[in-house]
Amino acid sequence: MRTVKHVTCPVCGCLCDDLELTIKDEKVVKVKNGCALCKAKFLGYSKHRVLKPLVRKNGRFFEVSYEEAVSRAAEILTEANYPLLYGWSMTSCEAVSAGIELAEEIGGVIDTTSTLCHGPSTLGIQDVGISSATLGQVRHRADLIVYWGSNPLIAHPRHMERYTIFRKGRFQKEKRKLIVVDVRKTETAETADIFLQIKPNMDYEVLQALRALIRDQELDVDEVAGIPTERLEEIADTMVECRFGALFFGSGLTMTRGKNRNIDAVLSLVSDLNKLTKFIAMPMRGHFNVTGADMILTWQTGYPYAVDFSLGYPRYNPGETSAVDILLREESDAALVVASDPVASLPRKAAEHLAENPLIVVDPHMSATARMADVVLPSTFVGIESGGTAYRMDHVPLPLKKIVEPPEGILSDEEILRIILSEVKRKKAEQMENP
Amino acid sequence: MKMELIIRNGFVFDPINGVKGEKMDIAVRDGKIVERVNERKALEIDASGMLVMPGGVDIHCHIAGSEVNAGRLLRPEDHFKYSERKTATTRSGSGHSVPSTFTTGYRYSRMGYTTIMNPAMPPLMAKHTHKELNDTPMVDKGSFPLLGDWWFVLEHLSNGRIEECARYVAWLMTSTKGYAVKIVNPGGVEAWGFGHNVHSLDEQVPNFNITPREIIRGLCKVNKLLNLPHTIHVHTNNLGKPGNYTTTLETMKCVEDLAADDKPVIHITHCQFSAFKGSDWKTLRSGAEEIARYVNNHSHVTLDMGQVVFTDTTTMTADAPFQYTLHELTGSKWTNQDVETETSVGIVPFRYRRKSYVHAMQWSIGLELALLIKDPWKIFLTTDHPNAGPFTAYPRIISWLMSRRAREATMKKINRRAQSKSLLPSITRELDFYEIAVMTRAGQAKALGLKDKGHLGVGADADIAVYKINPEELDPSRDYKIVRKAFRRAAYTVKGGEIVARNGEILKHVKGATLWLKVKTSQQTKVNEDLKRRFRDYWTVEYENYPVSENSLDISHPINVEAKI
Ligand code: SF4
Ligand SMILES: [Zn+2]
Repeated sequence: MRTVKHVTCPVCGCLCDDLELTIKDEKVVKVKNGCALCKAKFLGYSKHRVLKPLVRKNGRFFEVSYEEAVSRAAEILTEANYPLLYGWSMTSCEAVSAGIELAEEIGGVIDTTSTLCHGPSTLGIQDVGISSATLGQVRHRADLIVYWGSNPLIAHPRHMERYTIFRKGRFQKEKRKLIVVDVRKTETAETADIFLQIKPNMDYEVLQALRALIRDQELDVDEVAGIPTERLEEIADTMVECRFGALFFGSGLTMTRGKNRNIDAVLSLVSDLNKLTKFIAMPMRGHFNVTGADMILTWQTGYPYAVDFSLGYPRYNPGETSAVDILLREESDAALVVASDPVASLPRKAAEHLAENPLIVVDPHMSATARMADVVLPSTFVGIESGGTAYRMDHVPLPLKKIVEPPEGILSDEEILRIILSEVKRKKAEQMENP
Repeated sequence: MKMELIIRNGFVFDPINGVKGEKMDIAVRDGKIVERVNERKALEIDASGMLVMPGGVDIHCHIAGSEVNAGRLLRPEDHFKYSERKTATTRSGSGHSVPSTFTTGYRYSRMGYTTIMNPAMPPLMAKHTHKELNDTPMVDKGSFPLLGDWWFVLEHLSNGRIEECARYVAWLMTSTKGYAVKIVNPGGVEAWGFGHNVHSLDEQVPNFNITPREIIRGLCKVNKLLNLPHTIHVHTNNLGKPGNYTTTLETMKCVEDLAADDKPVIHITHCQFSAFKGSDWKTLRSGAEEIARYVNNHSHVTLDMGQVVFTDTTTMTADAPFQYTLHELTGSKWTNQDVETETSVGIVPFRYRRKSYVHAMQWSIGLELALLIKDPWKIFLTTDHPNAGPFTAYPRIISWLMSRRAREATMKKINRRAQSKSLLPSITRELDFYEIAVMTRAGQAKALGLKDKGHLGVGADADIAVYKINPEELDPSRDYKIVRKAFRRAAYTVKGGEIVARNGEILKHVKGATLWLKVKTSQQTKVNEDLKRRFRDYWTVEYENYPVSENSLDISHPINVEAKI
């Protein structure tokens, strides 16, 4: 038995780094400090594992060596005209870095799950910017917390305990005020001081009304999205009167009608509030390293997701170069999926196109996507069986630890991608010599 | 296995060794300058009719880290028109004012630069900065942690505990793999945590019993106690505000008594932004004369220019309250990121226009400073990239410094009123290649305390730039366009003894080392125990997960520093 301390949790964007794990026979047997999601991962991750590389021949999977599977993968990728490299939100920055180099080498498109969740947040930030802060700044100073379209008690279970409601800060010893805005009474809403239940798909209207109110404009309607105007006035006053406000928004805002418009409005509202007080906003990023994937793509290419290398340089045009759109237009002719299960989350037609073409999956699990693949490369669990770096939702980088040995012979995402890359380079050099 | 190299017959400018354009050969072996090499075996560069200088050194350019990346994210429009293709030797990239990392390294290398300092690292984000620096090829690099508003500093200095403060700074410098103490709008950045600012050196910082003056003086003492190679690196209070030249003078004065042996104890960065006279934007005037007079009479200060060029760019500083003002002034989009317990950052896109009175005055002030300060060892060429313009504008600035005509050509095109208020028409000084070599490499290396950089003496790093300029034939005053062109594309850039770029083409992608200080104090452990205890209260990450490990640097180049405590 041994214990490992200060472990970073590879589950959600909170990236809690205070876990204490007890290990027995190279298995995690006890998790201290983690939430239910965290425990489920550490205690249950090893189920439904793939332990041998698989290559599909005549419709059936055959167990092969990494060498053979990598060679087949490299063949698929070099032959493809417009390959798509998708996933990346549940792996290390180091693996993403290898993935970007591979995408550049084969002239493909690299896109992350941002496309499906917080892509609109990014576009919103590119439109208006964002007034933000690290979570510790919120903890030390915020006297008002707003969760909008986000249910942290379920999706980010320790967010409130570590950073907002249930924690004191240097300048904030009193209980903070909590406002929850959602279309239904969520678990988080139950704990709120003020709950604003708005009609579905009407976030934009509410945000615009609040923007007008904080500018001291009168609303000449009696209600907005089912909320009486007086109530909105109260909310606006609360926002203006706080010393430091923090608004966290989730997919309830980014994925409902209006998407980008919603984000523009929420970011503008928060920006405007800085004329009157201090206010910050933050997207509640889901997968533990989706932020890291955005970051590294941005510094290496200039763009955060949906980066197209088909012309030899990075191009970015979400709606055109984003995974879903490419798949719906049936343009990609091969795909590499890393640390993600898009078949379960993509629109049906997009998933079909993905499966119809040569498909390579790098994943520790036999996921739904892996089942449709032509090549499956089993990998380690990042943050459990291999290390690296991940970014918290507030852009704070944290180390992921290797806690236990992976099953014998299993490589990490990063290692697998690096070998595919060198195999691709070798194949290309060969082709140059014997065209 | 590295080959020998000899650079023959160039006009060598090596100010640190007193070489002023003599025709000489420079010999290189194993990445270092040596006395001689085997001339028959050595690779030869024929530099006859060309300038040979140490590789360029940049003391202040925001090229990597969380704030730069937030700038990249904010500005896809900055990248669309500036894409660079992948080649057999180079990675692809994009960006004008906030280029992607690989592209940044290549662009510096093409200009003959080999060492750069990234001047604003939020300590909590140090891992990020270093990851980006790992991905910035072709140059050696260092990074300055932002310490002027760090709670540990504020608390210890306000209690007069200088030595204890020094031990924390030593710990932090080593933990974040930092190179120098950076101070930005001291006190003002902490105040920004609640949306406020401070406005003078003697204003009390809200919630902390300390003033900006005490922070600057305290950290200056700390810097000396720790024997750090560079001085404190200061972005003044009131930066970017009319009338701020008095704050700048006071800032320089406030550490006058801490100087000894004619050695600098403070570096005022991007001084242009802190040299404004006048009471508002309409009455803005240049404070360059007053600042130059002070600097000419004192030896404890170095400066860099922060020269404005007329272009579209991205402003980014840890001076988040200033960035917010800029956002209000321009109405441009705005990103802010406060960092718990330490610092902040603000980002606003910006365009410097010739026809704007204020921007044209800013352009003039930067050049006035560089020309009125007599000693080139005291003021260095920077644009505070990308704040006053991208670093790719350096060749243009060199031509302004070397040629009155070049200045006049621009002067004709700027705002009329600025033309009449500018001090430039009265300045006849034109710098020579020796002075340019000081301002773009030798002086910067010296100020940074980089012993093996910025010169071509035996034992120095073989980082060398060769430019297609014949100083015997060319008159830089008249032929300023040729000068500009030559500095844009070095004929050869040698990094660590290898030819890495030729005529603007990258021949080899090399990594470049990360320079950082390993500061040794006599009692280190005590700091750790205390730190651990307070860590959880101050930050939201575990103490153990905070430091940057040495093996996360692709090429680590620690510099040992023995502190006096
Ligand atoms: S809140 Fe998220 S990161 Fe923290 S322990 Fe739970 S699942 Fe892990
Ligand atoms: Zn700067």
